[in-house]
Amino acid sequence: MTIRTEPMTVNIGPQHPSTHGVFRLRVTFDGEEILEVEPIFGYLHRGTEKLAEERNYTQIVTLTDRLDYVSSMINNQAYCLAVEELLGVEVPQRAKYLRTLTAELQRVASHLMGIGFFLQDLGTLGTPLMYAFRSRERILDLFEMLCGARITVSYMRPGGVFFDAPVDFWPALDQFLKDFEAEYNEIQQLILENEIVMVRTRGVALLPLDLAINASVSGPSLRASGLAWDWRKMAPYDAYDRMEFDVPIATGGDNYDRFWVRIQEIHQSIRIVKQCIEQIEPGPTRADVPLVLRPPAGAEAYGRVEASKGELGFYLVSDGGISPYRMKIRSPSLMNLTVTEHLLVGWKLADMIVTLGSLDINLGEVDR
Amino acid sequence: MSCVLGPDNILHDTLLFRVIYDFVGHLLPCWLSYIVAGGVIMMLLVNGVLMGAGLFSWVERRLIGRFHNRIGPNRWGPFGMLQPMADVVKLIFKEDLTPAGADRIVFMIVPVAMLAPVVLMMAVVPFAKDTALANLNVGVLYVLAVTSITSVAIFMAGWASNNRYAMFGASRGVAILISYEVPVVMSLLGVVLVAGSMSMADVVSAQTIPFLLVQPLAFFVFFVGTSAELNRTPFDLAEAESEIIAGYHIEYSGVKFALIQAAEFGAVLTSSAVMVTLFLSGWSGPLSSYLGWVWFLMKIGVLAFVFSWVRATFPRLRIDQLLAFAWKFLLPISIINLFATALEVYFLRDGAGTLDTTDLWIMAGINFGVAFGSLLIFGTLIKEKVRPARPITGVTLSSIEVS
Amino acid sequence: MYGIAMAKGLLVTLKNMTKKPFTVQYPEERVKQHPRFRGEEFVWYEERCTGCASCAKYCPLGIIKIVTKPSETAPAQGDKYKLELFDISINRCMFCGLCVEACPYDALFMGSGFEQGQYSRKKMVIDIDHLRQADKHPSTFFRPQLEDSGYDPRGGRPLHWQEVGRESWQWHQREKAGMNIARPVPSDLLSDDPQVDSSFVEDSEVATPPPSTTTEEAE
Repeated sequence: MTIRTEPMTVNIGPQHPSTHGVFRLRVTFDGEEILEVEPIFGYLHRGTEKLAEERNYTQIVTLTDRLDYVSSMINNQAYCLAVEELLGVEVPQRAKYLRTLTAELQRVASHLMGIGFFLQDLGTLGTPLMYAFRSRERILDLFEMLCGARITVSYMRPGGVFFDAPVDFWPALDQFLKDFEAEYNEIQQLILENEIVMVRTRGVALLPLDLAINASVSGPSLRASGLAWDWRKMAPYDAYDRMEFDVPIATGGDNYDRFWVRIQEIHQSIRIVKQCIEQIEPGPTRADVPLVLRPPAGAEAYGRVEASKGELGFYLVSDGGISPYRMKIRSPSLMNLTVTEHLLVGWKLADMIVTLGSLDINLGEVDR
Repeated sequence: MSCVLGPDNILHDTLLFRVIYDFVGHLLPCWLSYIVAGGVIMMLLVNGVLMGAGLFSWVERRLIGRFHNRIGPNRWGPFGMLQPMADVVKLIFKEDLTPAGADRIVFMIVPVAMLAPVVLMMAVVPFAKDTALANLNVGVLYVLAVTSITSVAIFMAGWASNNRYAMFGASRGVAILISYEVPVVMSLLGVVLVAGSMSMADVVSAQTIPFLLVQPLAFFVFFVGTSAELNRTPFDLAEAESEIIAGYHIEYSGVKFALIQAAEFGAVLTSSAVMVTLFLSGWSGPLSSYLGWVWFLMKIGVLAFVFSWVRATFPRLRIDQLLAFAWKFLLPISIINLFATALEVYFLRDGAGTLDTTDLWIMAGINFGVAFGSLLIFGTLIKEKVRPARPITGVTLSSIEVS
Repeated sequence: MYGIAMAKGLLVTLKNMTKKPFTVQYPEERVKQHPRFRGEEFVWYEERCTGCASCAKYCPLGIIKIVTKPSETAPAQGDKYKLELFDISINRCMFCGLCVEACPYDALFMGSGFEQGQYSRKKMVIDIDHLRQADKHPSTFFRPQLEDSGYDPRGGRPLHWQEVGRESWQWHQREKAGMNIARPVPSDLLSDDPQVDSSFVEDSEVATPPPSTTTEEAE
């Protein structure tokens, strides 16, 4: 006797604990197995690109905070690099170091959150997540000390950073780096070689390198597929040309490799932060640019950084006015999301959630 | 007027029952006092389980908070101890929703059907010397039979809710419960063989040394199997909150939700009680004729702590891996355990068919060897599947040329 | 063998169980708030404000409303507009601090609090009377002169308008000379009877745009 079965279509999201925001997946299941995936996004669309056309160049910094709200510093950096290219402004050395330092701290915070939620999606009841947040909290405290806000930092300005670090920032940073080693080791011990994590993530949702390149995937997801593609190495911006660090890559392209690459990148980021502290010298932190900027008409610039999720780019066109004629954001999360269907079909419901976690998307950036 | 319980009555051995029966028997006719005495004990049991579930929900949240390096609920009452009370009051006042298209009657029966087996299980568990509602001569079988009702309740919940997430949870839950019943029964057979009886009281009195030592493999299988049946991490697929949000009880709210939660937390306690009885020598300990219940509760506490600890640490398995774990790992080792135990009992028992303490220690020695050996063999077999031969490479690059 | 890493994980959680919690119980204890914290309760000094509305023009969301009436006499050097309205609607405020950055006369400061929850949206508008009467605990965000003096908005005393300005402040010159680390504390800022330099607004601001690029932006 055969049992008659039929596929079942389920809407995962837009309100679901594991879609990392208001994101919806229309999935057709055969039992637990995925037959069809259709990602539907746009629930968090705020029209950032259009809003930017109404604001002047400094005010847009506050909009960039809200793109990928767990790595605001890096967004600020990308945008400011674009404006500086537009204006041809030289950024003071100290500002460059401060930017590199804060961006790397932000990368640590973002990856900690990525790892934490990835493991949360694996079903760990929040233990590694809480340990990750314990460290992330310290980083956000440092940001509060630096610029008065924790998430929406608005720390950088075209031409540098808005202000130098307060005097008590440096001892606090040293203390954080000292404590972080032990705290981070705990997370690694807890989960990195856990057999259940291995069996759940090894060989699951493989992203082959050719597909990754064709789909324009970037960041840790691309590096997990085996290509050492990192803009901090290839086109160093700010102070990265003076930093020594490695680009960790893995060859599998499965969920575990994406997770592993993030774990390793945190080590490298801490290395960069330490070098920044050694190399930074006193000096001005902001180029002598006015608050209201007027780039020449017709100027175009593309600012690009290696954000925590991949290549983040801001393309600006000026018409000579005080606000850009057009701002285009190349957001890594959106590009990384395009491979979802290839990754998920044939795997199970539980794998789908974990894969979304391993891609580490941020809906603030996907929908903009 | 005084009533006497005949020695052939099933409740004759139950000390607590006889005390109440004698007391009530002075006031009421015998048939009524028989019912009243039973009712009193049932009241005690039901309320004990429910209060225990409430207390355990607080303990577990506190514990998991501490494992998370947080504080946990601490607002209401000393150390937040009245938190369950606040939760219950809140849930009672919440609207009791029934989703459109739900099978209303089945939907309403589910919370009771979830809670009933949990309470029923306590009927045969001896708290102290001669203190159980009923000393059934098939106590172990009764426990197994009653726990399997939960699978029906879970499937009813999933079916009646008219929700696809609930359906996922229900089908997962039923698959898990059916699969894990088999190794659990196999592991209990070893215990029954050693004890020579299926009565819970006899199993306790047979434990001159705890069966944890005599049957380590059976304890392992039973512990893992029970935590799968209780839907606790790493086996909480039926209500995997990150995947299918709450699984089979996604549509329940208000009092029904409170009852389902009470059933879940209570199930941990009653399963711990069964485990204590079968493997940790129940109420026996120093001064056990007076303080038996203290030992019993302490042992339950230790097991409940281990349950919370495991829950706070491990990620969740996938459904196919979970079922494979049951059929390919737990079932073989429980069969190995059963065979080893059967052979040992066959060779070690004396003429009357009983085992003395020396025999149990010999069995403990052999069984620990068997346990380590089989765990090692099967663990290595699984490991090959866990780690494919593909190596993780961390290629470090000092510089990359852009072309 | 299978299970060793899992046992290690169990040990980690057990070890963490004995550690002191890293969370705090909010209303009773608080995490340390840094002096640069950008909070609600904007601090505004009427005496310093000229009504130039730089803050309103610079606000990315346009939530500052300023209505002035011209002076009766012809405006002289150092004169200012008479303010009729100065409303900050913190309904939509995102506390970016650009208004504070834009203020050339150190009249507007970020606040230090964050507990001004209200039940109605209308109450979320901080009007001029509220700003006048409020306790003035300015945040040191974008105000290095306060940071130099070691002022802590949480727990510090309310500051008078004569104490918060940039008049006796040499920071930007020193920063331009590249020596902005370990600033000496000016003694006059924290004393009870402040010695205030009477000549202010003469410093060339870092943040003030040169005339060639300044523009009048419609709100």
